[in-house]
Amino acid sequence: MDQGLVSLAPLAVLLPILGAALAFVLVRRPRAQIAVTVTTITITLMLECLLLAATWDTGAVAVFLGGWEAPWGITMVVDRFSALMLVISSAVVLAVLVYASAQGVTDQDQGGPVSIFHPTFLILVAGVSNAFLAGDLFNLYVGFEMLLTASYVLLTLGGTGPRVRAGVTYVVVSVISSVVFLAAIAMIYGATGTVNMADLAGKLAQLDPDVQMVLHVMLLVGFGIKAAVFPLSFWLPDSYPTAPAPVTAVFAGLLTKVGVYAIVRTETLLFPGDRVNAVLLWIALLTMIVGILGALAQNDIKRVLSFTLVSHIGYMIFGLGMSNVLGLGATIFYVVHHITVQTSLFLVTGLIEQRAGTANVDRLGGLARISPLIAILFFLPAMNLAGIPPFSGFLGKVGLVQAGVGADSMMAWALVVGSVVTSLLTLLVMVRVWTRAFWRRVEDVEHPPAKLVLAMDSHEAALASSTATREARDGRGRTVRGPTVGLVAPTIGLVALGLSFTVLAGPLYAFADRSATDMLARTPYIEAVLGEEAAAQAALDVGQLEDRGIVTPQEEENSGPGTFQPIEGADSEGEDAGTRPGGEVPGDPGGAPPSQDEDTSPGTEGGTP
Amino acid sequence: MLVLAVTVGVLTAAGVWLLQQRSMVRAIFGLTLISHAVNLLLLTTGVPGWRVEPLMSTAQAADAADPLPQAFVLTAIVISMATTIFMLALAVIGRDDDQEKVPETGEEHA
Repeated sequence: MDQGLVSLAPLAVLLPILGAALAFVLVRRPRAQIAVTVTTITITLMLECLLLAATWDTGAVAVFLGGWEAPWGITMVVDRFSALMLVISSAVVLAVLVYASAQGVTDQDQGGPVSIFHPTFLILVAGVSNAFLAGDLFNLYVGFEMLLTASYVLLTLGGTGPRVRAGVTYVVVSVISSVVFLAAIAMIYGATGTVNMADLAGKLAQLDPDVQMVLHVMLLVGFGIKAAVFPLSFWLPDSYPTAPAPVTAVFAGLLTKVGVYAIVRTETLLFPGDRVNAVLLWIALLTMIVGILGALAQNDIKRVLSFTLVSHIGYMIFGLGMSNVLGLGATIFYVVHHITVQTSLFLVTGLIEQRAGTANVDRLGGLARISPLIAILFFLPAMNLAGIPPFSGFLGKVGLVQAGVGADSMMAWALVVGSVVTSLLTLLVMVRVWTRAFWRRVEDVEHPPAKLVLAMDSHEAALASSTATREARDGRGRTVRGPTVGLVAPTIGLVALGLSFTVLAGPLYAFADRSATDMLARTPYIEAVLGEEAAAQAALDVGQLEDRGIVTPQEEENSGPGTFQPIEGADSEGEDAGTRPGGEVPGDPGGAPPSQDEDTSPGTEGGTP
Repeated sequence: MLVLAVTVGVLTAAGVWLLQQRSMVRAIFGLTLISHAVNLLLLTTGVPGWRVEPLMSTAQAADAADPLPQAFVLTAIVISMATTIFMLALAVIGRDDDQEKVPETGEEHA
């Protein structure tokens, strides 16, 4: 709870780098390498949990590297949002790592230099942590470059034809986005003479509004490419699906969210106010709709998931574009939920691929009979993603809809409708995958892969010989080579984590709202870095913005949960009121809108959907 | 100052033109030119004229150059070099990507 603990924050970046070095030394000994990597991530995760606990009550704390004070030295800032992101990212990364290690052990034949996987993966983690912790723009840039360079290597792992082709697109697009970002940094430095974000928060406000707009848009474009928001999302569905399942999983879960994180910081800390909100809302709407329409047209599960990934980035931008506590809080909650769910879906797809030999829904069938475990593991996060009531996806969406309804403007209503439609279309997409891959009989599939037929045959043989002793069945099971524990366990862990967000929705949502309040007020962040005077100055600047007609969030908007209730009942009658035991969502004045009600329902319902 | 601005412009234009070529190697050269343009841009944010080395013991703050843009550019150059090497490796592997598997070359590590 004290400064001493938080000053360990840079270790979240350093530990993975040191681990990577050690893992690289052990390049000829895969088992030792795995041990080192898993240990490193576990320690990092524990550290980050401590950081989260430390910032849970206090809010933003800054660490000055090398003892140089704020505007000059390198600063790392841990506030609620970044601590939460750190914990979630490390938890996800740990699960993916265990999964990847198990896959590396079982699928030696899949090729590719597995030996460099672990060090590169750790560098990726270091980059992600660095981006989350960065207190200045240039450090953010360095964090981005670390994770990007690692991701180039991971994406083209093995150097096979399709991967190289996908890698070329990805690398070129990423380099361009980095160049735009770097140019923006150069101009910001030229205009203000600082890159420290807290310092910039004060100094950018003093610039000519037109100059501000140019800098703002340049940053947004640079981050938008990384976050894959609509006009800039073309590269994602082309490059992600070709990579190995664990790599795609961690990319889908984390890399775009780092972009979202950066956009959130830009919007709240650097350029507060509603200057580009109208554009952001349009972008959010288009991202949602175009992304999900793309998903409808796909038949490879990995591609479907890549498109839903793009689509659901739209939700996050939506909440951000509302720029009030409700919307931003919902965005934070949604980011956390989406990282977990999207990653677990990709991991399950890896399981399907391993079991059936393909991830193309046209060639899949009968999986629900062959492997009920995979079926459940796919079903839960898929429904979670689509936003079916007891799950956290629903809570996040309710928060967003609530914010949209509370804002009560044309555009906000359009987005509310758009997000509900997108949610339904997501459900459609997921159900389509489900019915084809899991419920359809294998005999109905036109070109089933040999592996699937084999699995089906042996499954039926096992059923036929159910009178046989248990050992015989076990032996048979082993020849079919079902998913191994190492692959299934982390997937179960992630799915369970996704479900736990429903149970923990109350505290988590309250926490998200509190961090949203912090970020919109800006003063806690600036005070942590620069001290009280600067924070007071920043508060003054926000006041000046309002004089120029730029609206910033007001206190009264915090009371959104109380006012939305009548509208909520009317808006989503088809979606929640009928299916949920609690009926109406109560207008909780405590700032945790739908949670109190949900705390009871998932315990009974979450397990048996 | 004008010279720098013109150079940045020319480099960017040439880079964009090269990027539109079909060949991977040309695209890489294009990206290299663009990142050099941005590096120059970064450098111009400090005072472009010659200043005293910013060493605390010898220089006055009024005479010294701003060390920060130079540090930025140095970092950016290292990063863009690593990326360029990686892209060149991709270009080499991707040239005959009809092959199912290219042995060992995936080990290139930027």
